[in-house]
Amino acid sequence: MLEDHAKVMTLLQSAGEIIGRKKLQKIIYILQKLNYPFQEKFQFHFYGPYSEELTLKIEELCNLSFVNEVREDKGGYHQYRYQLTHEGEDFLKNYDIHMPELDTYIQSLNEESSRFLELVSTLLYFDNLSEQEVIDKVKIVKQKQNYQDEEIRHGLDYIQQLKRNNLQ
Amino acid sequence: MTYAFDKLDEEKVFKDPVHRYIHVRERLIWELIGTAEFQRLRRIRQLGTTYLTFHGAEHSRFSHSLGVYEITRRIIDVFEDHPDWEDGERLLCLCAALLHDVGHGPFSHSFEKVFNTDHEAYTQAIILGDTEINHVLKKVSADFPEKVADVIGKTYKNKLIISMISSQIDADRMDYLLRDAYYTGVSYGHFDLERIWRVMRPRDDQVVIKYSGMHAVEDYIMSRYQMYWQVYFHPVTRSAEVILRKILHRAKSLYHNGYAFRYPPGLLVPLFKESMTLSEYVRLDESVILYYFQVWQEEEDPILSDLCRRFTNRRLFKYVEFTPSNYQIYADLREAFKEAGLDPDYYLVVDSSSDLPYDFYRPGEEGERLPIHLLMPDNSLKELSRESDVVEAISGKKRTDHKLYYPADFIHDLTTHRSAKERIQSLLQ
Repeated sequence: MLEDHAKVMTLLQSAGEIIGRKKLQKIIYILQKLNYPFQEKFQFHFYGPYSEELTLKIEELCNLSFVNEVREDKGGYHQYRYQLTHEGEDFLKNYDIHMPELDTYIQSLNEESSRFLELVSTLLYFDNLSEQEVIDKVKIVKQKQNYQDEEIRHGLDYIQQLKRNNLQ
Repeated sequence: MTYAFDKLDEEKVFKDPVHRYIHVRERLIWELIGTAEFQRLRRIRQLGTTYLTFHGAEHSRFSHSLGVYEITRRIIDVFEDHPDWEDGERLLCLCAALLHDVGHGPFSHSFEKVFNTDHEAYTQAIILGDTEINHVLKKVSADFPEKVADVIGKTYKNKLIISMISSQIDADRMDYLLRDAYYTGVSYGHFDLERIWRVMRPRDDQVVIKYSGMHAVEDYIMSRYQMYWQVYFHPVTRSAEVILRKILHRAKSLYHNGYAFRYPPGLLVPLFKESMTLSEYVRLDESVILYYFQVWQEEEDPILSDLCRRFTNRRLFKYVEFTPSNYQIYADLREAFKEAGLDPDYYLVVDSSSDLPYDFYRPGEEGERLPIHLLMPDNSLKELSRESDVVEAISGKKRTDHKLYYPADFIHDLTTHRSAKERIQSLLQ
């Protein structure tokens, strides 16, 4: 029961706090691409890979009081902060979720901006293409974000680093 | 004249209960409809197991796909001559609309959950692979199939085209809401489609709605909300989905454990092995699946035969509302089921609203998804829920639910495990 919810809760427990819905989405997508067992289905949207199923799960976790969502007014837009609650911590004790080295990845990903994670997740979405094709594709689908060559290079290097750590 | 501009000698029309007529002038569209992969959609229901709740819901993905094509065609008629519309994209847009669901499998959602398949990936594969559809599309140009696949995959350069097929107010949703309401026979789900397409405008890279059309869009959002709770999330339909998933899990598990099927699963073996080729995938439809469910009622495995009897004869699981924070109740129930000789992995199932493949309107906060934008009289854009109290009210706090499904008849008939029976009945109250 709710094993997939428990995985999301484990991630929040490990992160302590995640600021931003987009960031939460992209972190889980990137971890899924690193073979962590998140089962949510992602599709490509205007802002990169996005999972409606994950959004619904977070809403369910908030309604069950397992996750606390705080909405902050940033003047013109809202930002959301997510943390596991004490009830969530207690519920999680019923599960034995095995996700080795998760803390290391979460810490690294959580330190990055949501803009950068949007780039990384988009690069990973097209990982069946050659490097040059991926770069060309990102420039087409992310015209508005206007990613510069150095940023894309940094994103590709960051992915290589993640994959190297994943193999160790 | 190139194939892309080749018109039929006479316009073809399909009678349709939702749009009255669906008009086809382009030879390309006509030939795509005639392909084996598109005709296969006649044998896949649009609403999966919903026909077990609303008996009229037998309509297919074939009729829905034609409907999406027709709505898109009519929207393009409104967009023509507008400076933000490129007429060269018309055919691409129509093909993407027609083919957007071609990769759906039988009882798609349950299949994807059990076998880790992805209908969107199969849609791309059918368009790009060695198929009749690919051969027809290639007559336009060598790279045309890839363009169609990119639009459907939402990675095409012209995002306006994508938003016509796939956004929070798109041809896909507008057709399925009206069509599903018609075939289920419910009285909600209706809105003024013609009014909406008449107030749609292309604006840079998205479709926006003229402010004067806000109330028509409110109706659309309300119908979407009501259809979700009254039809798509119906607890009886979910019971049928639960049983369907459990049949597939059981059959897969038996196959991997070397069980000797009286009626071997043949066409499903590649699914069980999770190594299915494209040609094997397009052979699957709901008639194949229902055939196996029919014959497996006679299997020796008591769980498989029981679940197939339940699905075929509509002896569905009962349900109670469930709060997952009461984990101990769930754990105790599992133990009591085991004691009573019922395998809880198959007969005690929690189903959550997030298990369903439908969504609500979202105002696009933090760039999750592009919201519906209103084109204001001063030419600025405003997100719909900021202008509409009705939409704001239903896009605020989200309702979610969890249900616990179980075979009430088995519990009722328990005679040899009286204490387990009493404990189960007490815990389920």
